[in-house]
Parts: sequence; structure tokens; C-alpha cells
Amino acid sequence: MFAISTDSRFSHKIWQEEELSKMVPGGVPFPLLSDQGGRVGTVYGVYDEDAGVDIRGRFIIDPDFTLRAMEVLTPEVGRNVSELIRQVKAFQHVRATGEVTPSGWQPGKPTLTPGPDLAGKVWKVWKPDSAF
Amino acid sequence: MAENKDGCVKPSKGPILAAAESPAASPVIAKEVPKVLARVGKPAPDFELAALVGGGFKNIKLSDYKGKWIVICFYPGDFTFV
Repeated sequence: MFAISTDSRFSHKIWQEEELSKMVPGGVPFPLLSDQGGRVGTVYGVYDEDAGVDIRGRFIIDPDFTLRAMEVLTPEVGRNVSELIRQVKAFQHVRATGEVTPSGWQPGKPTLTPGPDLAGKVWKVWKPDSAF
Repeated sequence: MAENKDGCVKPSKGPILAAAESPAASPVIAKEVPKVLARVGKPAPDFELAALVGGGFKNIKLSDYKGKWIVICFYPGDFTFV
């Protein structure tokens, strides 16, 4: 887990000491990276040139270094950590089993195994209320 | 002036691009046409940045963490509210 903004590492240090450590004892347990100039944010498509900052963007990378998921929001709305964890678990499951996870999948819920027999028959094994 | 190990300004590598796309190979194009390289299903763009780790500073290179599940979160700034 890495957090990245365009702030300097000195700003990160004071933020960690003055504010984050009051929310999380000892401060957040992951590194805070400094993308001054937004060069990395540009490559990831999250750098806002007008504001000069990296907007809210979240990326999941698997052990093969393949980018699996991205979510980019304008800054006013915060993220949902439960959804992040659900996606990581889903990608881990898919990678380990070759199954696929339908909409609304949570660990323990049924998965699907794509193939000719399933084509046109998803309605038999998956209902829309499973999406929630 | 004595060499300071951690001065006021410390350049970091930033994005680590393939040779053909590196700023050294084509400085003008690389500066004027910033390329978004992040695509799901494709290799994650590598980078190296200065970081606060624990109480100290060090550089972090993303590809050093190859083999693990990695989550990276960009956010608009320290002391922002959300």
C-alpha cells in the first residue's frame, strides 16, 4: 500500500506527525510518496494540470505487475475501503482458480466458470439481487 | 558547501519509462505530450519517488515490490479533508 500526492516528503512527515497519528496510533502504516511535479500522476492519468495536484485515484497491481483495477474520483468524494478489499479478494480468487466473480461477489458467494455450457444460462445460476 | 545527504530539494526519478519513450531519447515530445500509460490488464507503469517511510525518508521503486499485491492511492494533498 502506497499513498502518493504532489506534496513534499517534509509535508508528509508533518501531516503524519500532527494529524494522521491522531487518527491512527503511530501514524498510517504505509509509505507516503512525493510526486512533485505530478510526473507519475500524469502517467497514471490522475494529474490535474490546472490544480497542480494528483486527484483521487486508486490502482490495484497483481504479483505479475499487471494493473488490475483503477478508480479515479474528483477530490470531493472519498473512497470506500471495503470495496477496495472486496476487489483485491476477488482478483486473488480469480487468479488462483480461473473462475470469475459475478457482480456483487463477496468471499463465500458463488462464482461462475465460463464455458459453452454457461452461455445463455447465467440467469439460472445468478439473480440480480445477488448484485447487492 | 558541504554535501548534504538530504537537502531541501532532492530530485527523484519519477516515471521509469521504456528506452524509446524516455525523455533523454526525445526531450521535446516527452515534455509536450505527457502520455497516460496506465491501462488495466497491462503492466503497471514503474516509477521511483521519494517517500516518508516510518519516521525517515527513502526512495521507493514500485517494481521492487513485484511479486506482491500492491495498492497505490493518489490523493490531492496532505491536510485535505476527505
